[in-house]
Amino acid sequence: MIKYTEDHEWIDADGDIATIGITDYAQKALGDVVFVELPEVGTSFAKGDEVSVVESVKAASEVYAPLDGEIVEVNEALEDGPALVNTDATGSGWFFKMKLNAVSDLDDMMDEAAYNTFVAGLD
Amino acid sequence: MSMNTQGRPTALVEASDMQEMKPVFESFSGHQGLRLDEPLIFELGSTDTTGVDVAEVDDFEMALGGLERSTEIGCPGLAEPDTVRHFTRLSRRNYGIDMGVFPLGSCTMKHNPRLNEKMARLPGFGDIHPLQPESTVQGALGLIEELSHWIMTITGMPAVAMSPKAGAHGELCGVMAIRAALEARGDAREVILCPESAHGTNPATAAFCGYKVKSIPGRENGRVDLEALRESLDDTVAAVMITNPNTCGLFETEVKEIADAIHAAGAFFYCDGANFNAIMGKARPGDLGVDAMHLNLHKTFSTPHGGGGPGSGPVVFSDALKDFAPLPYVKQTADGKRLHEWPEDGDKSLGRLTAFHGQMGMYVRALSYMMSHGSDGLKQASEDAVLNANYVLASLGDVMSASFEGPCMHEALFDDRFLKDTGVTTLDFAKAMIDEGYHPMTMYFPLVVHGAMLIEPTETESKYNMDQFIRSMRGLAETAKRKETERFEGAPYFAPWKRLDETQAARRPVLRFTEAAE
Amino acid sequence: MRYLPLTNDDRQAMLAKIGVSHIDDLFKDVPKEDLNPEIDLPKHQSEMAVERYLSRLAAKNTHAGSVPFFVGAGAYKHHVPATVDHMIQRGEFLTAYTPYQPEIAQGTLQYLFEFQTQVAQLTGMDVANASMYDGSTATAEAVMMARRVTRKKRAVMAGSLHPHYRAVVETTTQYTDDEIVTLAPNPMDAEAELQAAIDAIDANTSCVVVQNPGINGNVLDLSAVAEAAHANKALLIVVVTEVMSLGLIKSPGEMGADIVVGEGQSIGNGLTFGGPYLGLFATNQKYVRQMPGRLCGETVDAEGTRGFVLTLSTREQHIRREKATSNICTNSGLCALAFTIHMTLLGEKGIRAVAKVNHRNAVTVRDALKKIDGVEVLNKTFFNEFTVRLPKDAAPVVEKLAEAGVLAGVPMSRLYPGDEHANMLIVAVTEVVTEEDIQALVSNLTEAVQ
Repeated sequence: MIKYTEDHEWIDADGDIATIGITDYAQKALGDVVFVELPEVGTSFAKGDEVSVVESVKAASEVYAPLDGEIVEVNEALEDGPALVNTDATGSGWFFKMKLNAVSDLDDMMDEAAYNTFVAGLD
Repeated sequence: MSMNTQGRPTALVEASDMQEMKPVFESFSGHQGLRLDEPLIFELGSTDTTGVDVAEVDDFEMALGGLERSTEIGCPGLAEPDTVRHFTRLSRRNYGIDMGVFPLGSCTMKHNPRLNEKMARLPGFGDIHPLQPESTVQGALGLIEELSHWIMTITGMPAVAMSPKAGAHGELCGVMAIRAALEARGDAREVILCPESAHGTNPATAAFCGYKVKSIPGRENGRVDLEALRESLDDTVAAVMITNPNTCGLFETEVKEIADAIHAAGAFFYCDGANFNAIMGKARPGDLGVDAMHLNLHKTFSTPHGGGGPGSGPVVFSDALKDFAPLPYVKQTADGKRLHEWPEDGDKSLGRLTAFHGQMGMYVRALSYMMSHGSDGLKQASEDAVLNANYVLASLGDVMSASFEGPCMHEALFDDRFLKDTGVTTLDFAKAMIDEGYHPMTMYFPLVVHGAMLIEPTETESKYNMDQFIRSMRGLAETAKRKETERFEGAPYFAPWKRLDETQAARRPVLRFTEAAE
Repeated sequence: MRYLPLTNDDRQAMLAKIGVSHIDDLFKDVPKEDLNPEIDLPKHQSEMAVERYLSRLAAKNTHAGSVPFFVGAGAYKHHVPATVDHMIQRGEFLTAYTPYQPEIAQGTLQYLFEFQTQVAQLTGMDVANASMYDGSTATAEAVMMARRVTRKKRAVMAGSLHPHYRAVVETTTQYTDDEIVTLAPNPMDAEAELQAAIDAIDANTSCVVVQNPGINGNVLDLSAVAEAAHANKALLIVVVTEVMSLGLIKSPGEMGADIVVGEGQSIGNGLTFGGPYLGLFATNQKYVRQMPGRLCGETVDAEGTRGFVLTLSTREQHIRREKATSNICTNSGLCALAFTIHMTLLGEKGIRAVAKVNHRNAVTVRDALKKIDGVEVLNKTFFNEFTVRLPKDAAPVVEKLAEAGVLAGVPMSRLYPGDEHANMLIVAVTEVVTEEDIQALVSNLTEAVQ
């Protein structure tokens, strides 16, 4: 099941490997994404650490680690095709994969319905 | 009578026929009358063409150790006539102060007097080397001293560091002096406080001096929240960086209380002097408790902006900081004026910030400007700058939404509330100003109001110019409010270029010409 | 006052529209006791009076064009064609702002694109930015960029680096994480000086900064230092203070530089007592996002017409604030325009020719100085500047020649306080030097060193 954070990241876990990206709501708010700075594979992050930066023409936004873990793969397609974040935020526009320290941390996170309610409250 | 029908027709075309007169063809040349197309020099010139006299050099034994350049450089040349034409054509695609009102808030786009240009080009200033013997540049050192005196007097501060190359460099100088002073007392501290409305250079500078940046909230009236500031001030705070008049175009009414609170916490008061044009001869930072403040000679003292630079950013210091000023500086000795270029025993200077002595070319222009105005004229200039801005505020307040109650200082801040539900954004509004023949105001800055529009007319606009500008702005505002959005949506329509694709530029950066790419 | 268009009637009418009676009503937020202080400065003066005053001050200085002139060490007297200064004074260039509104700033943007290309071509690098303040601040920025790229902090300054540049690097990085390792100059042996830099590189090194031609004028092959740097995953930063040299000697890019910074004053810009000058900054494509300063890039407008915009702005302070790659805002735009125009007049053919004349003249002066008893030329290689050892202190000799109307060069003691290099004199020879100038230098120097 896909989980969400209040920082507009989605987490799709398969066992202890989680694929992470930003939500459709976030990509719309950012506008045209022009660059994604990705972390190095092998680096470990604690929840809340700055992992990645996503840039539009006039703004730069940090992407935070939603959970503790180690980067095992990054989406190299974003290097030449940052537009994927706009066209397919929740699919081919994923950012990185993490090996989670504790899969159970996912339990407390928002599911899709909760996230939609959260977003509706922002506007 | 003889009816010669071969002369030129002189009747004007009826207005109703104008639409039909619009050409339905493209010119063979790509030009459109005075709107001239102009390729890159790399598409025009060849590496075998030159616009300079090339001397014949007989063979001689070189002393390059075999490192002669063997590969092609690739830079094309143009003969002098083509060079003049190329850059003349490029110049005509630019808007400048010389062409019209340039109400760019926070940038002080005032008239650039041509006397300044002439003076800076006197060979005695323009053609002297920074490392000539000091005995051969006494006039230049004298000019630096004299400009320093003017700057210290108009700001009421006891010292000035002249060498910083621009405003941001001045900020670096000021914050480094603060850190040096704190370290000298064994207490470097960790934090610099900046209001949310600060220029981006303020937090960037603080970070380069190893400080964490914390923001201080503003009040509803656009000023710093003194109580909140007091709560944030503790013994970890090195300095507070405040722009005064601030980036909302307002004077900080409690500036002295702010200074007292900062000093009581053992911190320093850095004032961003970007908006000094509002208060020349009206108030002195030295009377307000400021410890360090940079001035932008290219804003306040009329040296040209030159399409992005060069600037000059002298920094005035209080007694507490002056010993930490950078090298070099001019000092008077029995032997005439000398440059103090290297630290001596006991020197507390923060060090050297630039290869030589700063922006001499800008010093000459600034002194020429200040001498021309005199103390009376500088004061009048600030009064007129503030008057013009308040005239804008008073004349547009009913059709646009002023962010704060007046009076303002030398710039008037509006936000986009008046555009609510019109479909027109601040960006659209700004681009429509281009079609009116104006440079847009500063937009989306400061960040503390939504869709900011910051208008700074400066003192060098006449009432006629102001009235014309106001008429245009009212027209645009009223049109937008009627939801007649056509002139905004694709604006500018009349500029030589339409809106440019910044997304493409950033996604696939092309930062130089290459044969292959064309 | 001639720059203030408002009349008193205008002011009254405007105050009435605003709804106040006196100008000071608009300054009511300024503390009363501090409003309208006495300012003890002269009153306004006519254009004629200001011109007279400043002209007399200027006349107290000995300007380069009026005397035999051999002063260099980071700033050079070259002939700048009259076209350059005329063109940069066009109001559309002179009085424009930073081109943030590209629809009405294509003039500035196109020349910046041309400038970036010219700088990249001269330095042999992929890309260049739209300028920094000067060569020294560009060097400091390069050192900090190398730290970001390599995530290492130890920066090695070779002995060939201009001591003012070294000082600027040290000042600028004193509160950052960078650790600056400074090597001493070796005017007697340039190769040993370079070897010392190679030896100083270790696994923790972020960059090695080498000037070419060096402060003493030596021209060296930097391939070995590039190799040593790259073997340690460090960057080679090459500093060029005399950009005219790139018309004749191998480019830093060809020798393996990762970042090239320089002083662009020599092309298009006058001496002006040290500023405004033109910082050059070039690097390879892969490091573009770590660069400081403004960048201009090509794009198209809504109708598909080619145009240019400032781009990759998210690196800069106005967007990234405390996380910016640099705090720089204002740069040296108009000096870059002067460079671009001069470079367009020169073209490859012109710059190669002028550079060759520089070198030929320097060789001529070297040969003439060698013949003076007690004067020793220290350089094996040089472009248009070399170092000589005199039989006595150089500073008083330079002073004495200045009194005789010859500006002979820069005594090393001015750049390195102390006695160690007191006898050394750095002599620069450009295309402006004539046969008579050389004779004046030789005869006066011969007399002064006796």
